Amino acid sequence: MAKTEDEIMQGDLQGIPREKLMEMLRWMVLSRRFEEKTAEAYQTGKIGGFCHLYIGQEAVAAGAIAALREDDYVFTAYRDHAQALVRGVSSDAVMAELYGRVGGASRGAGGSMHIFDRDVNFMGGHGIVGTHLPLAAGVGYAIKYRGGDQVVLCFFGDSVVNGGPFHEAFNMVAKWELPVVYVVENNSYGMGTDIDRVAAVDDLFTRACAYQGKKAEQVDGMDVLAVYDATNRAVERARETSRPTFIEARTYRYLGHSMSDPAHGTYRSREEVQAERDNDAINSLVDRMEEAGLLTEEEYKELDAAVIEEVERAAEFAEASPVPGRDEIYAHVYADEFRGGLDRRDAWR
Amino acid sequence: MALITYREALNRALREEMRRDDRVFIMGEEVGEYDGAYKVSKGLLDEFGEMRVRDTPIAENGFAGLGVGAAVAGLRPVVEFMTWNFALLAYDAIVNSAAKMRHMSGGQFTVPIVFRGPGGSALQLAAQHSQVPDPWYANIPGLKVCTPATPADALGLLKSAIRDDDPVVFIEGELLYNVKGEVPDDEHLVPIGLADIKRVGEDVTIVTHSKMVHVAMQAAEKLAAEHEVEAEVVDLRSLRPLDLDTYVASVKKTNRAVVLEEGWPVAGIGAQIVDDIQREAFDYLDAPVARVSGLDVPMHYARALEKLIVPDAEAVIRAVKHVCYLD
Repeated sequence: MAKTEDEIMQGDLQGIPREKLMEMLRWMVLSRRFEEKTAEAYQTGKIGGFCHLYIGQEAVAAGAIAALREDDYVFTAYRDHAQALVRGVSSDAVMAELYGRVGGASRGAGGSMHIFDRDVNFMGGHGIVGTHLPLAAGVGYAIKYRGGDQVVLCFFGDSVVNGGPFHEAFNMVAKWELPVVYVVENNSYGMGTDIDRVAAVDDLFTRACAYQGKKAEQVDGMDVLAVYDATNRAVERARETSRPTFIEARTYRYLGHSMSDPAHGTYRSREEVQAERDNDAINSLVDRMEEAGLLTEEEYKELDAAVIEEVERAAEFAEASPVPGRDEIYAHVYADEFRGGLDRRDAWR
Repeated sequence: MALITYREALNRALREEMRRDDRVFIMGEEVGEYDGAYKVSKGLLDEFGEMRVRDTPIAENGFAGLGVGAAVAGLRPVVEFMTWNFALLAYDAIVNSAAKMRHMSGGQFTVPIVFRGPGGSALQLAAQHSQVPDPWYANIPGLKVCTPATPADALGLLKSAIRDDDPVVFIEGELLYNVKGEVPDDEHLVPIGLADIKRVGEDVTIVTHSKMVHVAMQAAEKLAAEHEVEAEVVDLRSLRPLDLDTYVASVKKTNRAVVLEEGWPVAGIGAQIVDDIQREAFDYLDAPVARVSGLDVPMHYARALEKLIVPDAEAVIRAVKHVCYLD
């Protein structure tokens, strides 16, 4: 017997209500479609510089950020478009930033790797591997200092676990009990180097056990429900006890490290990438929701069409947004007027 | 006015600003229980408690980055490096994060943080503990750089740095902590980016900063006494912004300049000052500008060689005599 509308609306998967599932599904599809448009715009020269796409990893951003409150904070590295979108930075502002326009989230100063949006506590967009982990700890320190109950969610890539900032940050957040949830997006490759080739221990969550004991765990990053569940528990723990957690999300990027390298080639095979694509996080969520009677094919098509339209509109907005003028060059280097002027030595320019 | 040491002046600045604004906190190696490796933070843990006087692990990049995050979230951290030599491990946090977050975010994020500690050579600490980091930071847009030479300037500049909304690199002279000087009893603030004429003279301008101000003053006294040359000593006090109006005006008055710094010559701060002078006061110069700097080598441990590497008053006197055509 067909479910009534009320039964559908009140249905759930693993205790996660349909409304939340639909929200996460929409974010994943938006991330996917946005990145497809980004690739197209990059290839036609509308976007420049380094540009790292998120296609394949959508379940991590969508599942983890879904566990946050509006006044929580999000940090990430340079593969940051999806995290920004899911956190609530508008598609218009993210796309205009990629186009280097004044209407961009960072007024065209940051580009693909440096999306920032203070209004939704989206703290960037950091381009040096590992550098933002201590920054996230610092926001956690500020929260504790003021006696607040916000949480910091900090994403980073698998390569980070081999470097100093990871260990320095983990030691401090554990020792000082700071409300930070770290999520490593383990897509198996640091650019073109298999993590197995450079990491002494490749179950990355075990790296954090030295600092956080059993509060480090591994989840299937291709399963948005698993990511949401793990992050939700970690966020609750941070909010209630001001303690950090480390989550390793095993995921996969379908495309190259950035727009300048192919999806497969020297370091991984076409077959490997195809096998991962067959395990796609969006398809898997759609299938499970359909099986549970929480989503029809038609509803999914409508959602997808709406997202595609949003992304197209974002590209139009970006195209129409002004290119920054000369007045922007010195505008945001300092908070106040720089005594003597920054342009004192710029003759003939 | 009270006669206090440079160390006491810094301590007073920290204490006054921490009392004035509860967003101000200090962190670093040994700043709490130990009272600071150089005792600059003496007594602050007792008054303000552990959350505001935070002893850190020996992990400069980590705690400097943590400070940047706290600043972005609205606090006003003062991060102490036991010495600036160790801050090389935090260069990424200072240059890539603190200096750039405002710009990269299109002006959305403010980073009100002070990084402070001693720089320059001391006594026989050898190459890794005897260097002048000043120009490494003066080169970076987004940072401000203060290098006080006297207790009054240490007090006034540190208070201004803590109140400043931008990241400030505050480099103290390791050999200046025991130097005494008069400081006002009342609230004392020195604006960042304003040089100070420490000695008025008509015949030659000596532009310098930090510990070398004292070397320049010695040289100036001797030049007056023995050679009838009155040198004007311009103390930069801040290396970013550089107060070129003050030193260019001084050179236009004296028509001769010697630029003195403790650090290495190539791409040193003196190179910038010479450029500013030739660009803005070329027609006023009666002689090419002379530079006196540390020798272009890593520091030696041996005391005899260390003394030769760091500029002294005699070197300054030789340079002044040269630009005055007295040699």
